[in-house]
Amino acid sequence: MKPFEYQRAGGPASAVATMTHPGAAFLAGGTNIIDLMKLGVTAPDLLVDVSGLPLRQIEPLPDGGIRAGALTANTDLATDPVVRTRFPAVALALLSGASAQLRNRATIGGNLLQRTRCRYFADVTKACNKRRPGTGCAARDGEHRDLAVLGGSPQCVATNPSDLAVALALVDARVELLTPDGPADMSVHELFRLPGDHPERDTNLPPGALITAVVLPATPIARLSTYRKVRDRSSFAFAAGSVAAALDVRDGIVRDVRLAFGAVAHRPWRAYAAERMLRGATATVDNFERAADEELAAARPLRDNAYKVPLIRNLTVGVLRGMTEASW
Amino acid sequence: MTTFLTSLTERATQPAVGVGSPRIEAWDKVTGRAPYAVDHPVPGAAYAWVVQSTVARGVVHDVDTSRALAEEGVLGVLWHGNAPHLEPVGDPELMVLQSPRIAYRGQVVAVVVATSPEAARGGADLVRVREEGTTADTVLRIDHPALYQPVQVNAGYPARSAIGDVDAGLAEAAVRVDATYHTPAEHHCAMEPHATTAFWEHGCLVVFDSTQASTAARDALAGLFELPPQAVRVVNEHVGGGFGSKGTMKVNTVLAAMAARLVGRPVKLALTRQQLFALAGYRTPTIQRIRLGATAQGRLLAIGHDAVSQTSQLSEFVEQSAVLSRHMYAAPHRLTTHRVVALDVPTPVWMRAPGECPGAFALESAIDELASAGNWDPVRLRIDNEPPVHPEERIPFSSRHLVECLRDGAERFGWSGRDPRPAVRRDGEWLLGTGVAASTYPSITWPSTALARATADQRFDVEVNAADIGTGARTVLRQIAADALDVPAHCVAITVGDSAIGPATVAGGSTGTASWGWAVTKACRLLRERIHRDHGGRVPDGGVAVRADTTLDVRDRPEFSRHAYGAQFCQVRVSTVTGEVRVDRLLGVFAAGRIVNPTTARSQFLGGMTMGLSGALLERSILDPRTGDFVTGDLAAYHVAVNADVPRVEVSWLDEHDPHLNPMGVKGIGEIGIVGTAAAVANAVHHATGIRVRDLPIGLEHLVPRSR
Repeated sequence: MKPFEYQRAGGPASAVATMTHPGAAFLAGGTNIIDLMKLGVTAPDLLVDVSGLPLRQIEPLPDGGIRAGALTANTDLATDPVVRTRFPAVALALLSGASAQLRNRATIGGNLLQRTRCRYFADVTKACNKRRPGTGCAARDGEHRDLAVLGGSPQCVATNPSDLAVALALVDARVELLTPDGPADMSVHELFRLPGDHPERDTNLPPGALITAVVLPATPIARLSTYRKVRDRSSFAFAAGSVAAALDVRDGIVRDVRLAFGAVAHRPWRAYAAERMLRGATATVDNFERAADEELAAARPLRDNAYKVPLIRNLTVGVLRGMTEASW
Repeated sequence: MTTFLTSLTERATQPAVGVGSPRIEAWDKVTGRAPYAVDHPVPGAAYAWVVQSTVARGVVHDVDTSRALAEEGVLGVLWHGNAPHLEPVGDPELMVLQSPRIAYRGQVVAVVVATSPEAARGGADLVRVREEGTTADTVLRIDHPALYQPVQVNAGYPARSAIGDVDAGLAEAAVRVDATYHTPAEHHCAMEPHATTAFWEHGCLVVFDSTQASTAARDALAGLFELPPQAVRVVNEHVGGGFGSKGTMKVNTVLAAMAARLVGRPVKLALTRQQLFALAGYRTPTIQRIRLGATAQGRLLAIGHDAVSQTSQLSEFVEQSAVLSRHMYAAPHRLTTHRVVALDVPTPVWMRAPGECPGAFALESAIDELASAGNWDPVRLRIDNEPPVHPEERIPFSSRHLVECLRDGAERFGWSGRDPRPAVRRDGEWLLGTGVAASTYPSITWPSTALARATADQRFDVEVNAADIGTGARTVLRQIAADALDVPAHCVAITVGDSAIGPATVAGGSTGTASWGWAVTKACRLLRERIHRDHGGRVPDGGVAVRADTTLDVRDRPEFSRHAYGAQFCQVRVSTVTGEVRVDRLLGVFAAGRIVNPTTARSQFLGGMTMGLSGALLERSILDPRTGDFVTGDLAAYHVAVNADVPRVEVSWLDEHDPHLNPMGVKGIGEIGIVGTAAAVANAVHHATGIRVRDLPIGLEHLVPRSR
C-alpha cells in the first residue's frame, strides 16, 4: 500500500509536462496498470489520468491509411467499418483479445504499453529482471510454458501480450507521440524491442512521451490480411501463439507477403526471413513450410515451451494455405 | 393420513417433489440483496489482513510489528508471540499462529487488524517477518522415497484391497493394459472467497462464515477457543460456492475470531484470490497406474489400480482415488492400493468428487484403452463387465443402473454404428472423435436434526442447518417439507444456514439432500402426527413444534452398497494445425435416485460436467519446486472454462426408485457430473487423433503436430 496522487490531465501538453514529476505514470483504460498497482508490481507516485483527453477519433486518411486516437477503445477500432475493410488483421487481433467488457474499457494506446503476463513479473516475492533489474529471471528455469522462444536473453524470456501489436507490426504501423520536446512519431518496429541486457525497458518510447495516435499507413495488401490466435481456452486468454499474415498470390506466385508472430518474443515478431524466402516463390505448402522453418531456425525454446515452435510453424502454413485457397 | 389438517383449507394438489422450480433466493442473489459472509452490516467493524510465509519449510525467528502498529488505523497485530492459545481440535492447519514452525509457503505468520481494509493491508506490508527457510521437498514423484501406505484413506476406506491374484489374472489375460496417468493439483476457485465476520458478545462468539458446514465450524471454534458449543454461533445463510474447499473450517474463521477478541470489536476477514491458493486447500495431484487384463471375449480377469498422492507435513490427507475401482466392474482378480507422501506443501482438501474424479480419469481412460486393444466397443465392454453385486464386499447394490445409463446415453448420443478407428473423421482441418466414460459416486446419508413448527394461521416453519452453497438446497428442502406435510410449498417457510438451528451435516459428499431431507421429512411427519394425535387436526393458538434427529434411523439402515451411476458421452474436434481441442457436445445420463427438483438438478449435473470439461482441458495448479508455491495463483493464470468452451451440454436422468436409501429415495447429485467427464473427453481426443493423453489437462503441447 502506497499513497499516490491522482490528476486528471487537462490536455495532452500538460499531461506530458507532469511526467517530469518523479514516479509519474499515465492512466488510460486502467485495465492493466491498476492490477499491477494492486499487486505492488508498479507503484506510481502520481497517476495522470489521460482518459478524458480528446484522442478518440478514427480518421480515414486520403491515401488509404487510418489514424486512430490513442484513446480509441479497442472495441471501437475493431468495429470500425473502414478498419475492417482495409485492415482486417487489426480488427481480428483486437477482437481476439480479452473480453467484451475489457475491450470496451481498454484503449489502443494503452494496449501497446501493457506489461508482460509472465507470472514472475507479477509476483513481487520472485526474481525478475524486468521488475527489479539485477534480481535474476525466475522464469527461465521456472514456469515458462507461455514465454518466449525467439529473441529472449539470459536476463528475460518475457513475451509481449498484445494481439494488436502483432497486427500493427504486420502493417508497419506508426505511433504518433507527444514528448517533452514536442510531437514525434516512430514505427512500431522502433517502439518495441528485445529484452537484451535491459528487460526493464519494454519499449523505446522516449521518457515522458504520450502516445497520441496510432497510424495505419496505406497498405493495399492489408486488405487481404488475417490474424489467427491459438490458446487452450477458447476465449479470454492470452495467446500461446498467434500469426498475422497478408498475402498476395497471383498465378500461383507469391507477389507479396507479410508475416508477424505473436506470443513468441518480447516484441511482436515480424518474420522478415520467411517473407524474403516467399516473395516470388510458388505458393505451395512446401514453400510455406520452408519459409516458416527459416524464420524459426532462430528459436531457442525453454524446457516447457518447445511446443510453440511447431505451433507457430503449423499456424503459419495453415494461415497462408487458407489465404491461398481463398484467393483462387 | 387423509384426515390430517382437516381444518386447513389448503391442501397440496400435487406433490412438490419432482416439479422444477427456481431457487427461492434467486431474486435476492441476482439483485445483490443476499448477504454473504462479509456483507453483513455490523457496527464498528475492523478489518484483518494476513501476512504469509515466503519459505516452504522453516521457522519464524521474530516478527517486528512496530512499524505496522505505528501506522494510522492499525489496531493490532497477531503473530505466534502474542496470539491467544488454541486448543487442538484434530486439524493442525487450524492451529494458526501457535508455533514458529513453517510447514508450507503461504502459511499465515501474522495478521494485522485495522479500521479499514486499506489500513490493514498497509499495515501487513510493514510487518517484518524474520524467517529462516531450509531445503523444501515439494514435488510428488512416483519414486519418492518417503511414499508410504497409510492405514486408511479418506472417507474411512482401507488403503488396500486385494481379491484373487492380479498378477496371475494378468498373466492369463488375452488382452492387457498397463498405463500410468497423471492428474494435476487443482484449486476450487469458488466465487466467494473464504471470508468471515466475527464478533464476541458477552463471552459468546458469533461468526458469519463462508462455510459448507456451520455445525462442524461451530464445534471446531468451540474446541479451539475452549467454549461450550452453545456459546458459539456460526451463520452461513448464503455461501458463494465451495466445491469442498469450505467443507472443513479454514484459517480465516479462526483468525477473524482471534482478531475480534484482540481488538474488542467485530472483525471482517476476506482472503484474496491470491491468498486462497495457499490457504483454502486444493485437490492433490495424483499418479495412478492401472492394469487391466481381459479374456479374448472381453471379460475382465484382473483390475489393478495403484494411486499415489500427496499430503502436507501437518496432517495426513489421502485422496481415495482407487476406491471406485473396487466396485465399477466385475473381475475375479483385483488389487487397489494407495500410497501418500508428506511434502512441504499446504494440506490438500476435498474437491468435487474427491477420489472418484481423479480415479475415474485413470480407470475410465484405461477401460477405453482396453477397448481399443481388444477391438471392442467401449460401451459394450462396460456392459459386459457389469457386476451383479459389489465385487469386493459381496453385498447387494441398493440400486445400480449403470448399464441403463450407458444404453440410454448411447441411444441419445447416436453411438451405434460408431467407427472405432481413430483419426479418420475430418471436417476441414479438424479431426473429430467421440468418447464415453462411466461415472459413479457414493450415496451417503449422515445424521441431521431438523425443526418443524406449525402456526395457527396455517403456516409452517421448517428449520434445518443445511448450507446452500448455490445448489438450491433450501429450495429442494422446502419441496421435501411440503410433501411431508402434504401442503403446498408456499405454505412452508424454510430456514437454513445457522448453527443455532441444531446439528446438521456438511454440504459435501453429495450428502445434503439425503441427510437434511431425511431430518426434514421426519420432523414434518412427526408434526403431522402430533397435530392429528394431540390436537385433533387443528393447530392450537400457541402453535406446535417438533424436532427430529435421524441418528438412529441412519445407523439402523441395512447393509447395501449405495452409489449413483452415470455415463458421459463426448464429441470433440482437434485441430490438425494447432492441436486445439474444442468440445462440440457433452451428454450425461445419470441414475441418481429420485430427482427432487429437475431445474436445480439439471444445474448440478451440468455444472459438474462443465467442471469436468474444465479439468480435462484447462485446470492445473503449477507448483514451483524452488519456492513451493503455486505460480498459477490467480484467475489470470488458473484457467477455468469460459462460456465459449462449453458447447451443447445435454443432461438427462433415469427415473430410478431405490427403497434402501432414505424416505425420499434420493442419492445426491452434486458430484457425479464431474466424475467421468475428463475421461470421456480424453477418450474422444484419442478417437479423434489416435493420441492417448494420460496427463491432465490435455493441452496444445500434447496435440500440436510436430512433424510434417
